Amino acid sequence: MAIWRGTGVAAVNYPTGMNLGGDPSQALVHSTPTGNFMVTLSSVDLGQGLKQVMAQICAETIGVPTEQVIIDTADTDTGPHCMGTFASRGTHRIGNAVIQAAKEARQVMLEVAAEALEVDAADLDTDGTGNIHVKGAPQKAISIFDTALTAHFKLGRSISGRGMFLVPRSFPETETGAMKPSTCYAHACTVAEVDVDDETGEVTVISVKNVFEIGRALNPRMVEQQLVGGSWMGISHALYETTEPYYPNREHGGTDFNEYLMPGPGDLAETEIIVLERPAADGPYGAKGPGEMCANPQIPAVANAIFDAVGVRVDTLPITPERILRALKEQRAGAV
Amino acid sequence: MIQLAKSYFADQRTDDLKELGQGRPRSDVPGHVTGKTAYFADRTFPGLLHLKMVRSPHHHARIRSIDTSEAEKHPGVVRVLTHKDVPHNVYTILILIQVGPEDEQVLAEDKVRWKGEAVVAVIADSERAAEEAAAKVKVDYEVLPAVLDMEAALQPGAPVVNEYHGQNFYMYDSGECRKVRFGDVEKAFAEADHILEQTYWSSPIEHAPTETTGCIVVPEGNDRFTCHTNTQAMFFTLDNTSIILQMPGHKLHMVGGTVGGGFGGKVDVTVEPIAILASKLTGRPVSFIYSRYEEMQISSPRAAEKIVLKDGVTKDGRLIARKVTGYTDAGAYSRHSPYGAQKGAAHYPGPYTVPNVWIDTYCVYTNRTPSSAMRGFGVTIADFALEVQMDKLARLIGMDPLEFRFINAYRDGDMKAHRQKTEGAALIECMQEAARASNWPVAEKFMTMSSYKGS
Repeated sequence: MAIWRGTGVAAVNYPTGMNLGGDPSQALVHSTPTGNFMVTLSSVDLGQGLKQVMAQICAETIGVPTEQVIIDTADTDTGPHCMGTFASRGTHRIGNAVIQAAKEARQVMLEVAAEALEVDAADLDTDGTGNIHVKGAPQKAISIFDTALTAHFKLGRSISGRGMFLVPRSFPETETGAMKPSTCYAHACTVAEVDVDDETGEVTVISVKNVFEIGRALNPRMVEQQLVGGSWMGISHALYETTEPYYPNREHGGTDFNEYLMPGPGDLAETEIIVLERPAADGPYGAKGPGEMCANPQIPAVANAIFDAVGVRVDTLPITPERILRALKEQRAGAV
Repeated sequence: MIQLAKSYFADQRTDDLKELGQGRPRSDVPGHVTGKTAYFADRTFPGLLHLKMVRSPHHHARIRSIDTSEAEKHPGVVRVLTHKDVPHNVYTILILIQVGPEDEQVLAEDKVRWKGEAVVAVIADSERAAEEAAAKVKVDYEVLPAVLDMEAALQPGAPVVNEYHGQNFYMYDSGECRKVRFGDVEKAFAEADHILEQTYWSSPIEHAPTETTGCIVVPEGNDRFTCHTNTQAMFFTLDNTSIILQMPGHKLHMVGGTVGGGFGGKVDVTVEPIAILASKLTGRPVSFIYSRYEEMQISSPRAAEKIVLKDGVTKDGRLIARKVTGYTDAGAYSRHSPYGAQKGAAHYPGPYTVPNVWIDTYCVYTNRTPSSAMRGFGVTIADFALEVQMDKLARLIGMDPLEFRFINAYRDGDMKAHRQKTEGAALIECMQEAARASNWPVAEKFMTMSSYKGS
């Protein structure tokens, strides 16, 4: 009886947004009298940081610091329609809507500044720190604070914008299945290293090296938390989780966190995250949706590593110690 | 821990962003770590009532009668609801985007189709009173034969799980399954040096969010209802509630906010309509929050799947034919499963260029907890099957598993089985970087490949 080490690989892709499209999201942007910007949505932040990335997208587009953007969301009385936060669609769909709304608001802002400075709006640019200046002549400038005051109290203009993003729905051709499932795909390749105890059937994941291609990492620290969390979830899916351990038997289902098995802190592997960026043509600043994809490649990579370690295939999830021991027993019986 | 590998695709980016591309801390983190973030259940309202559900103890049974008289007399009970109180009792979530038919009863009327199905809602002053009263509801069942696995469900003469469908599979416009046909798989199998047919299985898993599914509804003075909910999709919830309660949408106000974990489990609409109805009929605020038991065993899990892959390869490593038959166990009702099974058909044969492909994906009904959306559904289990199969194929022809993938990886301009040209491919570069990071030995010719067209 011994512990065997094995290495496995898996490579995957994943579509961004609802399959076959047809999933709209809207955004509204307006400035306060002192030049802060409010983004109004009905989208839901699930804890992944949707509000933060939308603030950064709006700030980048208008040309103000992120701190000056406030996200008001998840209220159907105030926020325009959003299909929802699922299908790896949040950053891509809502982000695009925010860009469109922010561009419209920026245009009005520049027009107001142009009137105040008595120049052409097309000659103006933002410096990203709260000022608008004439291109090539930074001394001829007005703050966004003063621009907003001018708009509100002198010119009677609303610095605001509307945004909408919709990938038109595709309907599969019935006989051939010709269809357009998605406009862009994220990619991943994972190499997992495991130890398998052939006496207990227990698997210890030693390391997972994940390479993800996600279009553009809009906030690398939030990307990291999502990808690391996804990677752990993938390991958990591969080795631990099931509501019905003897499916299709309905018995023995876990009813709480004591019975429903997931890895604890001591079970987590050394996790490496490497991100590649090939911007999506229709992504907000090139971003794709990595939310779901990041939990997928670990599952087959771990399965393949187990085979590499002890030479048995378990083609049923989760790959429990019991299933590994049964497969090893069969393997030994076959060898005799 | 994160490393940006900027050398790849550098010609496609301009690194001139100011606010984006920066690793900024999330604005909501201080609230989370100091316990100040408000979740829906942190709200308290005077006169709050609690809703508890009476659920089916059987996998499949006819309801002969429901007797709520003892429950109604229980101290603290304010109201007991049955199917008779629900204005439009049969619904399906995706009816909003024309994926019907309506196939699920909000409160079971004539039959229960899975163990745990909601039958009677009890509303009381306290959770304890609601639970005690729920135990006093008497439902007379005639137990029916149950179909618990997909193979049995698809046998001729199997008991029909869901009469709204009439047969134990979802009927697409393409027939009993979503189909993709590309090239000629049978001809390619005849030309292949090796054929490998394998079957893969998964069992259901739970989203297991820290915060269970729930909502609190407050009747406003103006005949509107404010619903504080942790749904992942505000208007899915609002529009479905409007249909179920036959209540104009302008009377509904959904308020969300920070959700304590979703993973797809909170895309279903299971608590809000009945809680809003309870609030309407009692005139008081109502809370309906899943217990941990309900979250684990009642809320929709990820569907179990069975996937049969039959592949033809040449001895020099070309994958020339792939035939896929996928089965998604929807449980008793559709929810999002017909969508998930169809997403699988769009995903196969994976990120590889295969000239001959045949795909059939079925959405199958059984007397089980309805499955629904979960992170990656339609794709996650497909990827498990595809990528284990790729490993087996490589070993079958004596090739390195990573090099076998390089040979077959899709590149820009390649035609996919569903007849879209590949754009923005990056699989090859991910594999190159993974080989570098893990010191996986790969021949030089693969390390210099590119996803770009014509390269």
